[in-house]
Amino acid sequence: MHFDFKKNYRIDIRLIKRGNQAFWYGLLLLGLLLAPAVLPKYFVAQMTFILIYSVIGAGLVVLTGVTGLVSLGHAAFVAVGAYAQAILMARGVPLLVSLALSGALAAMLGLVVGLPALRLRGLYLAIATFSFGFIVEILVSHWESMTGGNSGLSVPTPTLWGVAVTGALFYYLCLVVLVLCLLLVLNVLRSPTGRALRAIRDSEVSAQSMGVNLALLKTYSFVLSAALAGLGGALYAHVMTYLSPEQFGLNLSIELLMMVVIGGVVWLQGAVLGAVFVIALPQAIAVIKDYLPPAIGQQTGLQPIVFGLVILFFVLVEPTGLYGRWIKVRTYLELFPLCPGSVFVRERHFLRTERLK
Amino acid sequence: MQIVISGLAVGCVYGLIALGFVLIYKATETVNFAQGELMMIGAYFAYTMAELWHWPFLLSVLLAILATALVGAAIERVLLRPIEGEPTIAVIMVTLAIGMIARGVASAMPGWGTDTHHLRVPYQGGLVDLFQARLSMEHIVIVCSTAGLCLALFYFFRAAKLGLAMRAVSQNQLAAYYIGIPVSGTNARVWALSGGIAAVAGILMAPITFVHINMGSVGVMAIPAAVIGGFGSIPGAVAGGLILGLCESLAGLYLPEGFKDAAPHVLVLLVLMIKPSGLFADQIRKKV
Repeated sequence: MHFDFKKNYRIDIRLIKRGNQAFWYGLLLLGLLLAPAVLPKYFVAQMTFILIYSVIGAGLVVLTGVTGLVSLGHAAFVAVGAYAQAILMARGVPLLVSLALSGALAAMLGLVVGLPALRLRGLYLAIATFSFGFIVEILVSHWESMTGGNSGLSVPTPTLWGVAVTGALFYYLCLVVLVLCLLLVLNVLRSPTGRALRAIRDSEVSAQSMGVNLALLKTYSFVLSAALAGLGGALYAHVMTYLSPEQFGLNLSIELLMMVVIGGVVWLQGAVLGAVFVIALPQAIAVIKDYLPPAIGQQTGLQPIVFGLVILFFVLVEPTGLYGRWIKVRTYLELFPLCPGSVFVRERHFLRTERLK
Repeated sequence: MQIVISGLAVGCVYGLIALGFVLIYKATETVNFAQGELMMIGAYFAYTMAELWHWPFLLSVLLAILATALVGAAIERVLLRPIEGEPTIAVIMVTLAIGMIARGVASAMPGWGTDTHHLRVPYQGGLVDLFQARLSMEHIVIVCSTAGLCLALFYFFRAAKLGLAMRAVSQNQLAAYYIGIPVSGTNARVWALSGGIAAVAGILMAPITFVHINMGSVGVMAIPAAVIGGFGSIPGAVAGGLILGLCESLAGLYLPEGFKDAAPHVLVLLVLMIKPSGLFADQIRKKV
């Protein structure tokens, strides 16, 4: 059991809350650094996917978990990042520069889409991004001179200072990008901006009356998350090595949202846990399929049903996600014999109407 | 003329699905992203009864509408009522998940599968000459039944007790509760109504697009219809659907290939930019 003695205000916003936190995250980082040396190639490739999804997920946590906005078109930003990366690399732009440019391009598009929609209530952003996602998908499949259309576009092998960045090296690149992105987001979230974003989520009216510029900060959060999605997309392009429009449809947007909801939408750790879950679930289904009776195992609809049921389970039963569950377990263990059952009772929510009366 | 009528017919289907969106939005302030899947389920029910079990066509249509309405009410009761008041993301995820499960289950059902099915209708293939244009019977049936349904709904919301209750709930839930309207029950009935309308749309669409598990993607086009008409306006939804259907068929005629699919979504972004409450929204401003 530990006690927080708050001796000054900075304690509330410091990056490392407790001493043992630094130790455990350091250990995790060490494990991640050693992983390519120990694990087989296949696992390293899957872990690269997890790192990339986590970059995108970090953006979604800022947008959905912290600001309370929903985007149904994040796949479009991933697509923009991925295609920009492929095209820039083919034109001979250095890897790091084109990574930054891809993220910036996605951010600019986010600004264009978000600016009109963000003056409105939350649901409209979901619809505007939904439409935007379709427009980008159609544009990508028809702008053949640039994107290769439906026949696809191959991505050049990334090189950095003359060394081909593939396999384990690419894994390290993704790891560095992820750590930098997480630090960036953590620092945004503990700054006044981050607190303002949380205030917007909890109540727009009261945030506004405290002097929060709603449109500006919502746009900020949307652009940040679009930039991270673009960056993630740029890395994604190199893993896929071959891009085609149907990879970036509504399904990817849903998968990304599902990832943050499953992990726990309010926490950055949740984005990473969700990424692990989303990457591991199809593999788990593929493994379990063999043990099921063929009447069930051979169904094509098995995967969407499982995905749908998992979403329903998390939204209805475990809305705080995997990381929320972990916090509950941890609190229970810390308080062990004394933990009252009423600590984790779910708050009853009521419909908060945004309707004009 | 032919193109206008076929555009209107497609627009009617969009309008009907958009109507389902708007009804649910007005009642519960959520968007049901599974509306297209409800439509698919309705079409499949009709197909099962009429084609697999060889029941009379009209009977199976009526039963399919009823069954889909029940499915809609069940979804509200079981899945959405527990998360009332949760953030937007929760509701969006639940309705998306319902859509995924519905598609998965439909592809796994014996007799449904992933194939494309044909629902035979009595008015199949008929042609009518009208004003020097040759119109197909399917399109005329769609336009007429949508018009009929809209009239019926108009009277339902004007005169019927339940319709009045729904309007009251959608305007002010608390006040509706105080005067003795069972608000939760009314919400379930709204879902049933919108499920029934989706089934009608599915059955009308069946002779043109056939019955298959990705039928629900029409629902994707109906969201723009609802936005264009204004998310809070019932006549607006139908009008938005008609505008969209016309735009689409005309864009298919005059613009290069590909623009047809993108046009409605571009229109949505424009509407959101210029007149976010939609073209036919109720003019209400908050007074402080």
